[in-house]
Amino acid sequence: MEAESSAAGAAAGAQAAAGEGGSTVPKDVVYCGVCSLPPEYCEFGATVKKCTDWLAANHPSLHQKLYSSEALENKMGTMTLEAHQKAEKDLAKKQQKEELRQEREAAKKKSSVITIKRVERTKRKYVTVVSGIEAFELVYKTVAKDFGKKFACGSSVTKSAAGTEEITVQGDLSDEILEELMEKYGIDDDNIRQVEESKKKGGGG
Amino acid sequence: MFKKPVSSSGKTKIKSSVQRNIRQKICEQFPLLEPVIEDVLPKKAQLDLIKAPEKISLYALDNQVLFFQHHNDAIMPHLRVVHKYPECFPTVQVDRGAIRFILGGAQLMCPGLTSPGAKLPPSEGNLPEGTVVAINAEGKEHACMVGVLKMSTEDIKTLNKGNGVENCHYLGDGLWKMDSE
Repeated sequence: MEAESSAAGAAAGAQAAAGEGGSTVPKDVVYCGVCSLPPEYCEFGATVKKCTDWLAANHPSLHQKLYSSEALENKMGTMTLEAHQKAEKDLAKKQQKEELRQEREAAKKKSSVITIKRVERTKRKYVTVVSGIEAFELVYKTVAKDFGKKFACGSSVTKSAAGTEEITVQGDLSDEILEELMEKYGIDDDNIRQVEESKKKGGGG
Repeated sequence: MFKKPVSSSGKTKIKSSVQRNIRQKICEQFPLLEPVIEDVLPKKAQLDLIKAPEKISLYALDNQVLFFQHHNDAIMPHLRVVHKYPECFPTVQVDRGAIRFILGGAQLMCPGLTSPGAKLPPSEGNLPEGTVVAINAEGKEHACMVGVLKMSTEDIKTLNKGNGVENCHYLGDGLWKMDSE
């Protein structure tokens, strides 16, 4: 994406575009690698700290331009002092919230478990049901497709009785799926649980 | 429009005749874009239509949304397009205080457009109601929002009250995030 282009180039492009007026050259725009916004808008996001670090590491010149002390002084523009203070306060609150949220998410990730369940279909046939991957920021649909490709079998996203989504893989694949989850998606062994459900379900949908 | 993440139900290829129409419509709507339309939307390119909820159509090229449209309303550019060709769209500027509300998805109120930090086109360049505009921000290089004027820029100046621009697409909304993923 454009983010790879050098910051210096972007600045030069901006000047050229401004000079010519109706220029036909597309501008190169740098986008923040953390929050995906143009870096000048990072300060309004909730991940300012990370954004600043990212910019310093990837586009030092732009970082210098946006976060030098001079720029910070000019930042207030035409805002009244009162409005400025209020905005700062709101922003601080938002950032704190975001931090808390991230912490919570990390904790949740640690404690959540992916369940791999082997369910008996007929006498000797099984399906494998995987649930709980959403806690690890995986998308059911894509993972299901990957499983299907990897194991060359039917694999689909279904709704469980509780209304949550799960992946149903046709065939007894719980060990293979365990391995795949660990290798491809980097999920820790402790966060995966293998269960066997051998008793036949009554009625059978 | 895109406060929530966009859930698309697949994409389809657009017929070339329909694509021609879209292209023409874009040129009519944004006359300034016409000289560069070949770069934005090459004649030979195959556009994709992504249907989003609430009758919103997204027009994408190579998996990147370029324009979007609600039902049969005006076609609006994606902010990435606006960033690349800032001179090609009618622009108004808001003061610094309004930025954080815009990024939160709020509608744009008139006072944010008339205060000292803001800029509206001069009287002779009056933009009528319903015009699609890019919203710049005080002290910023890039636009932060795309919207539709709820009243003409002259009315905004005189009335200076109420909702001035409808917020259709802003930095960090569902549409923006959909692409950057």
